[in-house]
Amino acid sequence: MSDAFPSSADTVVIGAGIVGNSLAYHLADQGREDILLLDKGPLPDPGGSTGHASNFLMPVEHSKEITHLTRRSIEQYEDMDTFTNSGGLEVARTEERMAELERRVQSAAAWGEPGRLLSVEEIEEMVPYLNTDIIKGGFYSPGAGTCDPLRAGEVMRARADEYTDGGLTVSPNTTVLDLHVEDGAISAVETDRGTVKADEVAIACGLWSPKIAAMAGVEIPLTPAVHQMVSVGPISFFEDYEGEISFPVVRDMDTQMYERQHGNDLEVGSYQHRPILWDVDEIPSIDEAPLSPTQPPLTDDAFEQSMHDALEIVPELLDDPEAGVRHEIDGLLSVTPDGAPLLGPLQDVDGLWSCAAVWIKEAPAVGEAVAQWMTRGWSDIDLHGSDINRFYEYGNSRQFVKNRAHEGFQKIYGIVHPHEQWQSSRPLRTSPFYDRQDDLEARFFEAAGWERPQWYESNEDLLERYAEELEGLERPNEWDSRWWSPIILAEHLHMRDEVAMVGDMGFGIFDFVGEDACEFLEGMAVGRIDVDVGKTVYTPILAENGGFVSDLTIARLGPDHFRLITGGAAAGSDRAWFGSHIPENADVTMIDNSESLCTLGVWGPSAREVIQSVAEEDVSHEAFPPYTAQEVTIGEVDAWAMRLSYVGERGWELYAPMGQGRRLWELVEEAGEDHDVRPVGMGVYGTTGRLEKGYRLHGHELELEYDPSEAGLSFHGIKEADFVGKEAYAEALETEDAATLCTLSVADHAPEGGEPRFMLGGEPILDDGEVIVDEEGRESYVTSAGTGPTVGKHLLMAYLPPEYAEEGRELAVEYMGQQYPVTVEIAGSEPLFDPENDRIRS
Amino acid sequence: MKVLACIKRVPDTGAKIVLTEDEQRIDTSGLGFTMSPHEECAIEEAVAQVETHGGSAHVLTLGPPEADEQLRTGLAMQADEATLLETDEEEWSPRATADALADGIDRLDDEGFDLLLFGNESADAANYQVAVRVASELGYPCVTGIKDLEVEDGTAIAKREISGGEEVYEVDLPAVVTVKEGLNEPRYASMRAKMQARRQEIESVEPRAETRAGGLEKVRLEAPETDDSPAEILGEGSEAVPEIVEILAEEVEVV
Repeated sequence: MSDAFPSSADTVVIGAGIVGNSLAYHLADQGREDILLLDKGPLPDPGGSTGHASNFLMPVEHSKEITHLTRRSIEQYEDMDTFTNSGGLEVARTEERMAELERRVQSAAAWGEPGRLLSVEEIEEMVPYLNTDIIKGGFYSPGAGTCDPLRAGEVMRARADEYTDGGLTVSPNTTVLDLHVEDGAISAVETDRGTVKADEVAIACGLWSPKIAAMAGVEIPLTPAVHQMVSVGPISFFEDYEGEISFPVVRDMDTQMYERQHGNDLEVGSYQHRPILWDVDEIPSIDEAPLSPTQPPLTDDAFEQSMHDALEIVPELLDDPEAGVRHEIDGLLSVTPDGAPLLGPLQDVDGLWSCAAVWIKEAPAVGEAVAQWMTRGWSDIDLHGSDINRFYEYGNSRQFVKNRAHEGFQKIYGIVHPHEQWQSSRPLRTSPFYDRQDDLEARFFEAAGWERPQWYESNEDLLERYAEELEGLERPNEWDSRWWSPIILAEHLHMRDEVAMVGDMGFGIFDFVGEDACEFLEGMAVGRIDVDVGKTVYTPILAENGGFVSDLTIARLGPDHFRLITGGAAAGSDRAWFGSHIPENADVTMIDNSESLCTLGVWGPSAREVIQSVAEEDVSHEAFPPYTAQEVTIGEVDAWAMRLSYVGERGWELYAPMGQGRRLWELVEEAGEDHDVRPVGMGVYGTTGRLEKGYRLHGHELELEYDPSEAGLSFHGIKEADFVGKEAYAEALETEDAATLCTLSVADHAPEGGEPRFMLGGEPILDDGEVIVDEEGRESYVTSAGTGPTVGKHLLMAYLPPEYAEEGRELAVEYMGQQYPVTVEIAGSEPLFDPENDRIRS
Repeated sequence: MKVLACIKRVPDTGAKIVLTEDEQRIDTSGLGFTMSPHEECAIEEAVAQVETHGGSAHVLTLGPPEADEQLRTGLAMQADEATLLETDEEEWSPRATADALADGIDRLDDEGFDLLLFGNESADAANYQVAVRVASELGYPCVTGIKDLEVEDGTAIAKREISGGEEVYEVDLPAVVTVKEGLNEPRYASMRAKMQARRQEIESVEPRAETRAGGLEKVRLEAPETDDSPAEILGEGSEAVPEIVEILAEEVEVV
């Protein structure tokens, strides 16, 4: 390990907390040979959040991504001999929480992590110092434990040095003064010890990350926030036990607190207090801070209720006459607008990466995954939920970060419904249809900042019209029907009978222009791109491992002009993916039209009559065949249309300049009056219509961990041209699939009588009471759930190993502590509704 | 026995102290507040004496409304009562502070306190005189810099460390004693005591002070120079020994 400050390096990692150490170590392991790891602070504890975290790892979360990252991190801490397996216990004080813990068991099973419910008696046995009078039960996670991240950092640095054969330089006490950017790419890091040239730089500075990113003119949306924590000791009860921890870490979920043994002390941490956000510029330097920059003094008044609650649940230990509060801090940690980490390339500066807002429990695996991403373009664990580009160009302002962090802080340990919507900083992105939709009492959901109607209260009258069809599909349970309305189902049925208008979907719309555009896109997509002008191509986009980066539609507008349309949630990451792959010197310009064009879908049996009545052009089947695109003039509005449908109906997606969107809406609404055209929400577009058609959704069915053969998206075959992921894709087509994406239906919503229940997604699929696992170790779980009103069934999508992927096969799904029989309806991608796609093609 | 501990709310600074632009104060944005370790010992001593002899322990400060945070620390350490002589944000001179304290002490209790404990000096201004002035105004004896204190039958035996030995004072109570860190080991407040302290009432009294000429006037503050010479790790375990020996012999010249 060298101490001399180098003048250049392959890679500079800024920040030597657990994240930076892990990243440096894994980069070395992945083959980077010349790495500079620097930090403003001293080692081993440079003064960031790593130095004061409570260091416990509870692996089970409702997010698969975070659960898998934590599990992998535990493996790494174990491998470095810095992990103590204590088990973890989440206790419930309320019945509502017990239901949530049942959901925890369900998520544990779905993500392959052990976990079970405990009775009060079992809890008493396991943790004798808890006041069980106030507890209804608990969730036990046997894999949980505690780690030593500072020691792990030392091990990682030593290993990185070994793997690089001395190629790691560690430079503590080094302040970054500036990041140099040349021609849109990172070129050097300027510090108080000198300037180091590098074309690859990772920001792993925890809550200081935004400050460092700003030096390169880019944004990392996080804010420092207080997590209050105290340590009480010496507690005589613990004197009989050796080692750091002999009892499970306890999370007192309803009070948003935890209590965990640490030697003779009990650490008491809280997230229940009012959100206390810090401005990064107000955090004192290492020299100015009495303890450490991230350990300001406890805000006493905010901690009062926490003390009350802690004394209630562990009275004997905390009332030990010898014990006092020996340590108390407002521990600072990073909070992001949605609570997830901020990982990946900062697309406005080539070579600059973010590795921020990572908890101790995920850090080793995040370092590994980001190192894989940096060195080979994809990670073993799909990181789409943590991709920093999900906030690109809308969610980086200080105000947004502050509002969402304020709101999100209160959700930590909370019971968060999978469809729960954010309330602050809204509306932020609105289409020109917004005011009209608001008049129609749209219930707006948000996606990538866009306001999208989920359903319209103004369509309530349809409930009566379709009462018969809806029988048995309404959801009597409050949880199942939260953030949902039966109006969605009625809107769906109306669309299938008449015609509906859907929009704006918040798509990412990117035009690629230039002589090399065709060749470039050909090299990015599984589908053949060099098609006739006017054709559209729906295609998977793969990483080199053959897993999904995205799935999207590319239309050819001209010989050297293509339009790529992708889902709003993936718009930022897709933009980064395509942008980073454009070869140097290639004649390709990417133009982001996402905020320039609005999108209005018009679909249903009467769609052609409606559109024809206002279009200048002939839109007959012959003149405007399916899966093609052309310019159309709708009334006064110059639009561009694609004839395709994500809901399986005849019709078009109309694209118009935002400024003319309002007029477009009015024209269609008026023209459709005779056909009772209704605006319908994303509930139809994204769920009911989609599931009846078996259409896949990125981030749900489509991830890096699955390939197109498994997803049933191999209809393109293998084209001649090279493209990213071709080799792996070809191999996937040849070998037998370890799993096949299937559509299942719920056979009985109340097998034991009582309230019928409706799954929401994320539930494990069982055979004979055991969760199904494929030969690659992937659990079968519900990737998407929703009701298909036309087929009259509640539909679930799930990957199943070949022995289960047979139509008619009966299995079970676990939901809220119960098992429900399900039937495999379709193995593969054939639609359940209109399998021949007659509606789209007529 | 009635024991009083007088404390002062001060910024909790690290190694480097940043001043406001007008050089009149420490820049406390981003910092918390505390009291000096001497004063923590004063509170501990007050509480411990009461635990031994019975009576009550009282904590007093002169400061802004926020100083109730430090008073609550005293209550959490098991002091019985706390009083705030409430000022605005401006720092009072030592003379005015002593005036107000002496006046406040008179008003607090008709019978007066038996023992008045102060920290030897405040952690920020370190004027070394408030306690002496209070003693003078109240007409009590005063001993300063005490690290060992015993109270028996109306008398205090106070010991002060001096080079090569110690000075022992015997004073009749009531008396003013200023104490130094090391006098005792201040307790960590229990969580329950901290919680109860938060709910306890703190009496707020308007201070009265005569402003007389001849007092000390603060012109400006100057931050002490920080020692930013880098620390160097010479090695780990026995491997580091030769280098340590060399430094001790040649640079420090002690071997």
